Amino acid sequence: MTLLIGSITIGLILSLLAIGSFISFRIFKFPDLTTEGSITLGAAIAASLIMYNVHPLIATILAFVGGFLAGGITGLLHTKFKINGLLAGILVMTALYSVNLHVMGRSNVPLLSDITLITYFEQFADFITPNIESINILGWTASEKDIYVLLFILITIILISIIIYLFFKTNLGTAMRATGDNQQMIKALGVNTNLMITLGLAISNGLIALSGAFLAQYQGFADVQMGIGMVVWGLASVIIGEALLSKKSLGLLITGAIMGSILFRLLVAIALRWGMNPNDLKIITALFVFIALIMPGILNKFKRKEIC
Amino acid sequence: MLKITNIYKTFNPGTANQVKALQGVSCEVEEGSFVVIVGTNGSGKSSLLNAVAGTFIPDLGKIILDGMDITKFPEYKRAKYLGRVFQNPFTGTAPDMTIAENLTLASKRGQARGLGWAIPKSVLKEFQKRVKPLNMKLEDRLENPMGKLSGGQRQALTLLMASWQKPKLLLLDEHTAALDPKTANKVIQLTEEVVENDNLTTLMVTHSMQQAVNMGNRILMMHNGKIVYDFEGDDKKRLKVNDLLSLFDEIRRKEQIDVSTAEMLEKNYI
Repeated sequence: MTLLIGSITIGLILSLLAIGSFISFRIFKFPDLTTEGSITLGAAIAASLIMYNVHPLIATILAFVGGFLAGGITGLLHTKFKINGLLAGILVMTALYSVNLHVMGRSNVPLLSDITLITYFEQFADFITPNIESINILGWTASEKDIYVLLFILITIILISIIIYLFFKTNLGTAMRATGDNQQMIKALGVNTNLMITLGLAISNGLIALSGAFLAQYQGFADVQMGIGMVVWGLASVIIGEALLSKKSLGLLITGAIMGSILFRLLVAIALRWGMNPNDLKIITALFVFIALIMPGILNKFKRKEIC
Repeated sequence: MLKITNIYKTFNPGTANQVKALQGVSCEVEEGSFVVIVGTNGSGKSSLLNAVAGTFIPDLGKIILDGMDITKFPEYKRAKYLGRVFQNPFTGTAPDMTIAENLTLASKRGQARGLGWAIPKSVLKEFQKRVKPLNMKLEDRLENPMGKLSGGQRQALTLLMASWQKPKLLLLDEHTAALDPKTANKVIQLTEEVVENDNLTTLMVTHSMQQAVNMGNRILMMHNGKIVYDFEGDDKKRLKVNDLLSLFDEIRRKEQIDVSTAEMLEKNYI
């Protein structure tokens, strides 16, 4: 049960990564590799500031700002200096590796005895129900604190995704979506597409850094290596989400990304539980995304054959 | 209204693909006039339109719109003053967004886009009212994605979107060339209505001599990056399709003379 709750919680935290990937990959059709650096950047900023006794809420917000700036730089490299999108992301990701080491001062910052947002959630649990330590769910016992943490994270994620949803329904957000959909058209309607792309990548990476900040606080450490494979992870979540809810409206797509992230995390947890070698995790994730990417083409081929 | 002075543009200069698209084009367009631009393939007629639209910045020359020097304005900045319809019916609309979203984007052309709600309930009525005259039954399908519509429907909507906020200048770049004849006629009819209702100053590039003769009050004929003929007023009214075709023939013959004289001179002197 602890494993299940833990997986769902991490899945929820990483759903911010999924939403960030959704914004860059799907809305802007921009293969953004900054992700791997910005999720670590978020974790590094949050962990280091918390270690220096900064209020965890402020630390988390500053992590968002850090990711926002990183994404903005990728956007500028791409739009102002006309660098290929993939390369722009790689440049910033590589540079962020050094930045992250500087921010943390070493390769790993533990947060075991520091006060994080998670600590607040747990204290709140004690405050509301001081006498209960564990809850019985369908015959399984679960730690009451874990459930409170899960609930708080859930509420946070729902709030953030509602804000994102509403944002993309505003005039500015609509112009951003149109930039990803048909750049020529929206330029002819007077929108500065370079600004839209830069701002969009900034928001995307801000969310990804936020995900990193929550992850560091939940896991109790930030590590300079934690970003490796996160691009594919985010993409896998988006793809699963699209398969779950068949892509339609913006709201469904964002909900799908969140559900995809949780489901993917659960699948991984189950696979590890069944004895999959953790070292194989990345290659299996990559294979999974590969299959998900080629599936639509193969299915179409079959359909065409049936018609003939 | 629009004053183009001596603009030059060469694409890919110094390479094997060098194209001298515009070679000293000058013209002045009065407010409210409807100018049709014709010319052979590669004559520079689309380039002229794109220079005005800001797709590229000319190497030399000036473009003045309503007293403003817009020569160096980026494309999105001059969009405030221009309505554009493209040759490809899919260029003018965003396929993954709904019709209403496309319309709302067009209704804010050239304005700052803030955090206001993109489609408040109140504008839907207006959208329906303005889409209805297209007679395409689109007014009940505003929530449908644009990508589900036909090329003709999308082109009609693009035209509507281009003129939603009255532009200082309407640019039509062979906007019926990719449509079937029946749809093309419908879009042409719509174009005439839109231009007449708002008394729009219009530049239209076309391949169709029939359209050139029937529409507008001025014809510019381009060749090799230059304006070679300019018919206005009664001259334009008297012009028939055959006259235009014989002018094209004349241009081609002149060119052959050039080539053959060059050959003759070559034989005699080199």
